[in-house]
Amino acid sequence: MTMCSNGARAALPRLLLAVVLGGLCAAALAHEETGQAAGLVSGLSHPVSGLDHVVAMIAVGLWGAVLGPPAIWVLPVAFPLVMALGGLMGLLGLPLPGVEIGIALSAIVLGALVLAEVRPPLWLAALLVAAFAVFHGHAHGRELPEGTSALLYSLGFVIATGLLHGVGILLGAAHRWEVGHRLVRAAGGGVALAGIFFLWRSVT
Amino acid sequence: MRIGGATLLLGAVASTAAAPAHAHLVETGFGAFYDGIAHLALTPADLLLVIALALLAGQRGTRTARWTLLALPLAWLAGGLLGARAAAETDLPLWTTLTFALAGVLVALDARLHLGAVAAFAVAAGLAHGYVNGATMMAGGANLLGLGGAVSAVFCLLAILSAQVTTLQAGWTRIAVRVGGSWIAAAGLLMLGWLARPAA
Repeated sequence: MTMCSNGARAALPRLLLAVVLGGLCAAALAHEETGQAAGLVSGLSHPVSGLDHVVAMIAVGLWGAVLGPPAIWVLPVAFPLVMALGGLMGLLGLPLPGVEIGIALSAIVLGALVLAEVRPPLWLAALLVAAFAVFHGHAHGRELPEGTSALLYSLGFVIATGLLHGVGILLGAAHRWEVGHRLVRAAGGGVALAGIFFLWRSVT
Repeated sequence: MRIGGATLLLGAVASTAAAPAHAHLVETGFGAFYDGIAHLALTPADLLLVIALALLAGQRGTRTARWTLLALPLAWLAGGLLGARAAAETDLPLWTTLTFALAGVLVALDARLHLGAVAAFAVAAGLAHGYVNGATMMAGGANLLGLGGAVSAVFCLLAILSAQVTTLQAGWTRIAVRVGGSWIAAAGLLMLGWLARPAA
């Protein structure tokens, strides 16, 4: 143990020297892609930087958990694809009126559905979530920071959104217990209230 | 046949004797072969295609995965050799994006594709991505050994990932594979938007 500590202590200056020397090296420039790390980090952080997007995404997961299989899996598979279609529309310059209102409404409606434990047919649930996904994609999918990799930004954006769904599904798993059941419904109510605030903010 | 092999070997040896270019490709410091491996790891469109195809082949079972494991790296190598002869650097971003986006959609849908269809798709995608690899890597100062590194990385990643997916039983793990495909497809759709975006 002592020998190990001594060895580690002796290696520390060399390690520090190596780190300093490494820092002096010029960065290698990838040929095909530039701004990769910045693109991925921007994409991952973008969805969590807007509370309206966060609460709506968690509500999708919560509602999926309330609905149970197969909706719990269908919604997270379908949502990113439709959201990307919305982003594609935005990038192509196709106008979508009332985007911010649509996002706020998504939180109100999804939150209310969780609160009331509404269980429509799967096709109707998927259609509703897909409609809202278009607004989220249109608003958020096209905000690429300067000098970053578009592909990795897009990938990060999609992954972060998917992980938010995962958080909602995990929270919604508490639905099977009596106390958890009430907490999930309360969370739905909280999302709906937040949606009302976002709606008020978007129209004023 | 013997002459072709000798020429190829001579080409490989001659290309390794060339002075390394320091401006373009990522240099690992371990040599051209490892630079080729790093090239795959640092080229998201290539990486996403290999992951998506591994998921797709794994979803369709062991037999499909084995044929894909043969088809994709060979097509990648053939495309790379063709690309290495290209006069100018070629990126083909639309085609490379379309291939991984389509593969992602097929994974998300858990499409019941025939073995031949998956293999044909792997060949087409491998040729496109390999061609771009060959053209860009050679223009960036790499050699055939670098291309060999990239192809080897494709083979290894495809083998490991598709083998894992074939072992998955029905349930949430297979759904997770579909979610992964959905994410890849969504990133591809957004990327298509970036490529087609009207100039500001």
